[in-house]
Amino acid sequence: MRKVAITRFAQSAGVESGDNLMDFTYRISKEVLDKAGLKRNEVGCVMIASSDIFHSGLSCANAVDWDGSGAFMIEGTRAEDSMFALIYAAMRILSGHFDTVLVTSIIKGSENPDNDTLTGFFADPFYMRPLGINETTAAAFQMREYMQRFGVSEEQCAKVAVKNLGNALFNPYAHMKKRVTVDDVLNSETVSDPLKALECAPKSEGVASVLLASGDAAERFTDKPVWIKGFGTSMDHFNLGDRDLLNGQLTVAAERAYRMAGIRQPRKEIDLAEICEPYAFQELLWCEKLGFCPDGEGGKLIDSGETQMYRAFPVNPSGGVLAMNPYVSRGLYRVIEAAMQIRGRAGEHQVDKKVRTALAHGTHGFAGQCHSVVILEG
Amino acid sequence: MTKEYGTIVNTVVLPYRWALGQTWTRFFDGLKEEKIYGTRCGTCGKVFVPAKTFCPDCYSDLDDWMDVSQEGTLKSWTLVRKSHFGQVRQPPYALGLIRLDGTDCEFIHFLGGVDWSDMQNAREKLKAGARVKAAWSKEKHADIHDISCFEPLKS
Repeated sequence: MRKVAITRFAQSAGVESGDNLMDFTYRISKEVLDKAGLKRNEVGCVMIASSDIFHSGLSCANAVDWDGSGAFMIEGTRAEDSMFALIYAAMRILSGHFDTVLVTSIIKGSENPDNDTLTGFFADPFYMRPLGINETTAAAFQMREYMQRFGVSEEQCAKVAVKNLGNALFNPYAHMKKRVTVDDVLNSETVSDPLKALECAPKSEGVASVLLASGDAAERFTDKPVWIKGFGTSMDHFNLGDRDLLNGQLTVAAERAYRMAGIRQPRKEIDLAEICEPYAFQELLWCEKLGFCPDGEGGKLIDSGETQMYRAFPVNPSGGVLAMNPYVSRGLYRVIEAAMQIRGRAGEHQVDKKVRTALAHGTHGFAGQCHSVVILEG
Repeated sequence: MTKEYGTIVNTVVLPYRWALGQTWTRFFDGLKEEKIYGTRCGTCGKVFVPAKTFCPDCYSDLDDWMDVSQEGTLKSWTLVRKSHFGQVRQPPYALGLIRLDGTDCEFIHFLGGVDWSDMQNAREKLKAGARVKAAWSKEKHADIHDISCFEPLKS
């Protein structure tokens, strides 16, 4: 089978940008092409991730996204989630039709209405939307169930925010960075009980761009390719009431990625994980579902300290989504962080250990309706 | 909000008219008569509420209609405290995931009849497995708000 490499990438910093969406998109996409020494019309095709209507107030995406990402008059398509876009791009290379694909994901959170306003539109207009179901209320249901079923404590959930916001202090690309205590988290404003403000991800700016290349082409662009060894996605039912919120589709997505990458013991064979946790407790739940600890033991995992940046099994050394939440782009930020750690070039937040294999996870929809997992290797 | 750089402000208002379809028309007409309708899958036996046209698991037609119980047990809940643009109502308000008796999924609705000024008591009253019952709105419009909320049963 062909191989797929991440060759070059760029990401915007978490600070708010006064650039308009098209210019913002252009700068990051162009940076990647410049790093690769590639002209716009030499790219095989472009894969965009954006949410034009809700997160940009624009339709259709062709108006802005294509020119900004350099895709005009080349070939391209678009996904609503950046991890899916990355996976579709990898498939295009695996198909043999393309040697290079530029993946660009686009969100300007500072321009949008509140996350809860926007994610409320994910709900159907007949039943869930008129009741105020959005990403936060769905996550609050999930958190309470998680605590009730497994005895995970509010303190254990809060520890995720302490770790991730602290890690973000060392990451120039993060948006929210703060040294906080468990008490600070527990005493922050209640958003949707039991969720506190510091346990909910912000709304961030984020354009991220990655140039993928086939195994043969990769050496033209980099001497440090990061290989996509496996990927998997899976989706749960739409209606929250039809789902077991503590046993969703992440296990399935992970199994698909592990099988493709030949991973049998994820906790032993993976050196580092970048996980998409728009709500603090989700990092614990997702760690269980990814097979890093047994079901119900996510609380023990954070208590052990093993997932801290300089310990045995770093999870979200970047600060994760709690520190940087450019909605559609958040998965691709995880991929870029994992690739930087593998290259040993993550700067101040480079972990201590040698990272050979890393996992990047993305999720969107209510309480993890859709999951994607990518395994990267140096 | 004023920014230090130039911006254009525009509020987008778009009117839509969504078709309910036969199943949901019947479900919402039922609410108007203070009935909660579900449908049962002939293959897996699961009872869905609100009624569905097809079983999402077996992917086959559902035409076995049931007048389901208006009482059930609480699986999870949240008390919304924070405001956001376009919110369905002014916080605080509570939402519950409710397993109506005899059904095989959770029904979502508002929770009422709870004193939120005493959270400790509220948490005790709403712990997993708490029994709740539908309370109906006086005015009905054949929509989800025909049910006013679910309230804890006096134990």
